[in-house]
Amino acid sequence: MGRVAIIGVGQSAFVREYPGSIRELAFEGFSEAMKDAQISPKDIDASIICSSPEYDKQRSPAGVLAEYFGLNPQPTFYVETLCSSSSTGVKLAYALVESGLHECVAVVGFQKMSEITSKESQERMGRGGDIQWESPYGTMMPAYYAMHAQAYLNKYKDFTLEDLARVRVKAATYGQLNEKAVYRKSVKLEEFEPKPENRMADPVSSPLRVGDCCANADGSSCVIVASEKIAKQFCKKPVWILGVGAASQPVNIAGRSSLTELVAAKVAAEQAYKMAGVGPKDINVAEVHDCFTIAEVLAYEALGFAKPGEAKDLIRSKATYKEGSIPVNVDGGLLSKGHPIGATGGSQIRTIVLQLRGEAGAIQVKDPKIGLVHNVGGVGLYGNVTIFGI
Amino acid sequence: MAKEKDDRFKIFGTVSFTATTKVNDFIKYMQEGKIMTTKCKKCGTVYFPPRYDCYKDFTHDMEWVEVKGNGKLISYSKLQYGPIGFEGDLPYSIACLDYGDFKVFGRIAKDVPDNELKIGMDMKTVVNKMQSGQMNYVFQKA
Repeated sequence: MGRVAIIGVGQSAFVREYPGSIRELAFEGFSEAMKDAQISPKDIDASIICSSPEYDKQRSPAGVLAEYFGLNPQPTFYVETLCSSSSTGVKLAYALVESGLHECVAVVGFQKMSEITSKESQERMGRGGDIQWESPYGTMMPAYYAMHAQAYLNKYKDFTLEDLARVRVKAATYGQLNEKAVYRKSVKLEEFEPKPENRMADPVSSPLRVGDCCANADGSSCVIVASEKIAKQFCKKPVWILGVGAASQPVNIAGRSSLTELVAAKVAAEQAYKMAGVGPKDINVAEVHDCFTIAEVLAYEALGFAKPGEAKDLIRSKATYKEGSIPVNVDGGLLSKGHPIGATGGSQIRTIVLQLRGEAGAIQVKDPKIGLVHNVGGVGLYGNVTIFGI
Repeated sequence: MAKEKDDRFKIFGTVSFTATTKVNDFIKYMQEGKIMTTKCKKCGTVYFPPRYDCYKDFTHDMEWVEVKGNGKLISYSKLQYGPIGFEGDLPYSIACLDYGDFKVFGRIAKDVPDNELKIGMDMKTVVNKMQSGQMNYVFQKA
């Protein structure tokens, strides 16, 4: 079969509390992508709806959204891999299009986390782990990632908490420029000094602090995936999917071989690089899953941007800033944008597509040709790496 | 008469999310003061957490073996915030021990001071009974 393209991208603003229902929220991302692609619902021949359950009460949301989007009677599928749901959706859309089964697939991610309280949300996320053996201990996402941070700090003695803070400072540098981000203020390293007035330094789950964690958000995203034929018919600047990698790891932390890396992301990266025929040095711009500062550090190493234990060099030298050798999360990342679970992967893909088209405005990296998206579900339970080119 | 439901697992942890499982003899052993897990009689694989089924040779011909001796602390984290239902436990530290053939995820015992925790240290897994009547296992210094 021919190549597979992204012909449209969209996302809603990510906000703390969206004043509408899930269908209206999801429509914001969908309609922006449809206008971007300049197509109408009849041009879409299948949809993939991505979210993580138990925030809103709608069962089987694919049916509700397909109706609201005017996408009946086309088939619609519901896909879930926690925080990586919508990049999983894009991988499946790639397969549907590449196989010839469908020609134009809308992948819509959404999450309305504000339907429940923050404490309830922590409980839901904890139950993304093993509910039989681990959740009864009161687990939650920051604590699991904190265990990785603790193990990493112990293994690499020259890596410091200040290096984690540097990741947040970088994210905030660009989050200020992103009108769709939840957190749009600057963050200074000094704000991580443990003083009563420094909210960023408040402990959440040792060694992670408030400033190391992304915020819950409501949001939606949409990526329109199409065949080469459709892309050439509708799209002036198609962005091609060059490689798709996906992997999994044991849900139990006790089943993991290491807590100083996320193996699923590493395996997914190897697959995506091999399929695309490129390596880490060929990537001009990347979006990585920085739900916590340590997650971005682990991503640098999983993707081969740094050797194990050397991620600190990238963040200290500002190599992952916009002007650096490998710009990462120049849209502010999850740390600034917020993390509406099911919408996040699509938002990351949107950023890379806009970058490759040269339409990223204030955060535009100079002439990128190849971009990468790293999207992780759970605590490294699912890993998706997708490589794009023009 | 209907067979009585074996929901012993509902007492595992501060809040249990699973009431019935085919490995709920784990609870019986905990009540006897022992932490046990399962070993496949056919291939010899020791699993933790305990499993009813061996995925390597599709059997559930398993035997219970005790989690004995010490494991090494791989990592830990002290939570200042908890999910709904766990507020009364705060603060608490989750952790993972490496026993060589398998690893065990749990909590650090309340009486272990934070400043005595060091990754790589030997710890042991012991049964912990809560005031609520719930049970779990926790890690103490070896």
